[in-house]
Amino acid sequence: MSAAVGIVLVSHSAAVAASVAELARGLAGGGRTAPVAAAGGTQDGGLGTSAELIRQAATAVDGGAGVAVLVDLGSAVLTVKALLAEGDELPEGTRLVDAPFVEGAVAAVVTASAGGDLDAVAAAAAEAYGYRKG
Amino acid sequence: MLDAEFFRRWLTGAAAAVDREADRLTELDSAIGDADHGSNMRRGFAAVVRALEEEPSGTPGSLLVLAGRQLISTVGGASGPLYGTLLRRTGKALGDAAEVAPVQLAEALRVGVAAVAQLGGAKAGDKTMLDALEPAVEALGESLGASFAAAAEAADEGALATVPMRARKGRASYLGERSVGHQDPGATSSALLVAALSSAAEGAR
Repeated sequence: MSAAVGIVLVSHSAAVAASVAELARGLAGGGRTAPVAAAGGTQDGGLGTSAELIRQAATAVDGGAGVAVLVDLGSAVLTVKALLAEGDELPEGTRLVDAPFVEGAVAAVVTASAGGDLDAVAAAAAEAYGYRKG
Repeated sequence: MLDAEFFRRWLTGAAAAVDREADRLTELDSAIGDADHGSNMRRGFAAVVRALEEEPSGTPGSLLVLAGRQLISTVGGASGPLYGTLLRRTGKALGDAAEVAPVQLAEALRVGVAAVAQLGGAKAGDKTMLDALEPAVEALGESLGASFAAAAEAADEGALATVPMRARKGRASYLGERSVGHQDPGATSSALLVAALSSAAEGAR
């Protein structure tokens, strides 16, 4: 079976990134789950964004099928964009996915675990913007 | 002509200015942001200085690219990718020449500032670093790269002009009207960078 799309979750908070990763894995159900890595907070454990943690996470989940990166806000968005603009900082086939963080993460992990390709994962995550709650 | 030494002088001068003014930057940021701009910028530029010390060779362009990469990697806040993009794109626009004319630097900085605007999705008047950087590159361009002092003055005026503005980007934008009356920390640190450029140019004379 071919490799699944990898998912990277970037949040200002290490706890948020790790918890959303756990939530998404849990909701993905049984069977094979796509690789998910959290890149939360700064390297010294504070609130913020670490380019190094993002690089490590993307490399860890890259199986050759592409990597979908979901971000929370502000510097997380800008850091991933800047790393992608650099060209050689993140694995080939890494993409910033425009999606709500929690709902998008669940949709991305479920889709990637079901064998969806990077386009399908990105579309499923982005679609989560459409679920109204009130 | 501006050689690699000029760019080292600029970046180390900028690092010293950021270090000196870090408390003020954080104070400005505590009014409308998350009170980390000074410490973030200090950490980033300290990494720039270390990287420059470990890189004895290099062209103007490659030194700026190196510095930009350090900022993206070490700052930890939005100013990292923004300033990193500014220096990296400016450096790439300079190519690999051993020396560049001031007018080339003026043009390269314009490219760098445009890249910052694109990355952040901001424009003049949004109460961001662009409010200092855009007037600076305009003044520098008008003098065909001859007057770094005019650029520094324009950046200072631009930073001051952010006081009555309402923030439209970043965390400060959540404050709405309450962001009015405070000088933007990013525009303030941008003015420090342009002032360091002007000082580096004075040292060349």
